[in-house]
Amino acid sequence: MKRLKLPQWLVLLLPAIIILSAVVLIPLVLSLYSSFTSYRLTRPDSIFNWVGLFNYEKAITDAKFWAAFGRTVLLLTVALNLEMLLGLGIAIMVSKVTRGQRLLRTMMMFPMMFSPILVGFQFKFIFNDNVGLVNNALQSLGITDTAIPWLVDGNLAMFSIIFAEVWTSTSVFGILILAGLYAIPRDPLEAAKVDGCTALQSFRYVTLPFLMPFIYIAMAIRSLDVARAYDIVQIMTNGGPARRTELLWTLIGRTGYVDARMGYANAMGYISIFLAIFFTVYFFKKLTKSRQELGMGM
Amino acid sequence: MAQVHLRNVVKKYGPLEVVHAINLDIADGEFVVLVGPSGCGKSTTLRMVAGLEAISGGDVQIGGRVVNDLPPRDRNISMVFQNYALYPHMTVRENLGFSLHIAKHSQADIDKAVNEAADILSLTPLLDRKPGALSGGQRQRVAMGRAIVRDPEVFLFDEPLSNLDAKLRTQMRVEIKKLHQKLGSTIIYVTHDQIEAMTLADRIVIMRDGHIEQVGTPLEVFENPINTFVATFIGSPPMNLLDGVVKDGQIEFADGTRLPVPPGYFTDEGQAITFGVRADNIMPVGHALPRGEHMAEVEMTVDLTEPLGTETLLFAVLAGTEVQAKMLNPRPVHRGERMTFQIMLDKCHLFDAETGDTQKK
Repeated sequence: MKRLKLPQWLVLLLPAIIILSAVVLIPLVLSLYSSFTSYRLTRPDSIFNWVGLFNYEKAITDAKFWAAFGRTVLLLTVALNLEMLLGLGIAIMVSKVTRGQRLLRTMMMFPMMFSPILVGFQFKFIFNDNVGLVNNALQSLGITDTAIPWLVDGNLAMFSIIFAEVWTSTSVFGILILAGLYAIPRDPLEAAKVDGCTALQSFRYVTLPFLMPFIYIAMAIRSLDVARAYDIVQIMTNGGPARRTELLWTLIGRTGYVDARMGYANAMGYISIFLAIFFTVYFFKKLTKSRQELGMGM
Repeated sequence: MAQVHLRNVVKKYGPLEVVHAINLDIADGEFVVLVGPSGCGKSTTLRMVAGLEAISGGDVQIGGRVVNDLPPRDRNISMVFQNYALYPHMTVRENLGFSLHIAKHSQADIDKAVNEAADILSLTPLLDRKPGALSGGQRQRVAMGRAIVRDPEVFLFDEPLSNLDAKLRTQMRVEIKKLHQKLGSTIIYVTHDQIEAMTLADRIVIMRDGHIEQVGTPLEVFENPINTFVATFIGSPPMNLLDGVVKDGQIEFADGTRLPVPPGYFTDEGQAITFGVRADNIMPVGHALPRGEHMAEVEMTVDLTEPLGTETLLFAVLAGTEVQAKMLNPRPVHRGERMTFQIMLDKCHLFDAETGDTQKK
């Protein structure tokens, strides 16, 4: 009797290959394949209906898709920059605190400890035009007597979402930049003082270059995070009003699961992935460069 | 160039006082070395002069100006740090020119000053490298160049050579001395290495526990140490110290060995004293250079030898205390050999056994 004899290396790798195929490879191939079909969740047999590049053409010419794309880039740019500036400020202030710094560091992490869904609900309440905290406060202080439609007006809704996003994630920057501040050697800062730097110049010429790698790490992490933003928006505005806060993944989610057009959703998903990849690659390049400048090697 | 004066300068960290009202006058163009064991307050003192530590009491004057409340940048000083403290993200050229850039000098001025400094320290071929691509000695030279470019009134060096290997340290020592001769500027230099202090200084300031123990030229502190601390801290090998009692106008050690009182020292009958003699002044008969008028002889058993080529260090025991002696034109000595040693009393020292202070008349 002759048994099938596989090469030893293959036998040893087989468990890994099977698991990876099941959880990564097959879904990936399947989703890629389905993006070339008119696959609808409600009609499973439509997965065999090959439409070629139709879905991609449709996405690329779809104004709604590009509006969501642009909004995601806007959210990414505004939120990341705000978070970086605020995180930098908080980190610097915390690093100057001599008593209770440990407590402050722990408190800095609090926003990260909540599920984004919960944060979404919380801010949905805070910005509610009738019973919300913000409007109540504004009205009680006599600043306004109208109910400001925070989540209903298109621009205000985007602002509210950015506010919630910044509230949850500034601490990512805060913590990483604080770590960077701790890692800065004392000597160059003192040399800068002797060399005639004011506090601001020391920061600009010595502290900041040392912090850049940490800032770029935070940027890379957060750009991935924001590029896939879904939960907070879904809860707070559900992409509304009238798609004014529709982001890439709320659009894709709606198309795939609500409209059940999974083939088209997958096609948009593959285009969107490039956005995340682009930002990640960009920030990692920056990170490598800033580390090289500090002579830290690759 | 400028004089530096410290007037009752105190440094406190909370209730802990680490520098106790020290006074020091440094002349224009003088090379002063602060030396002492770690924790003696020498670096703290330097950092107070630099403006990197707040002054808790007293005054620091640079060039006739009280600088207590001036930030470092307004004190007209340069500092060279132990860890070089270069800016890692700048090239050597940028490192050197940074202070002038901050002071908004014209690019032409900066280039001129940088090239000049690079020339003095032979850094010209390295100007476009970053500190990460330099060796320790090169980094040290960049740190010195950065100090030179500022053309300050006072140079401050904080243990600049302690991160270098022995050979490089000797080399850089010579370069620093040449630099001082060339620039003629006032230098305050901190080190824990007494050899650096001896070789570099116009005047040495020996510190211990936040006090100044003695100030003097290298030869003064070597030949006339004011107490046993200075006696053992300056000079290598350290001075031998032997405890004894004054009896019948002589020094008697525990085992009954007696030596005459060295000339120039006063004693009280029955006083407990410490007798100090350097290895250079206690040598085996026949292997010494007898120069003094006042000589004494003792017999000792050799325990251990350290041949150094031109001389051999002999470790022997006198009155229960280990004594280091020197043998010129050495011959092989075996362990346990009993030899007669000459002591040159003119170069010996007497200290009060209790206070450690010198008994010099």
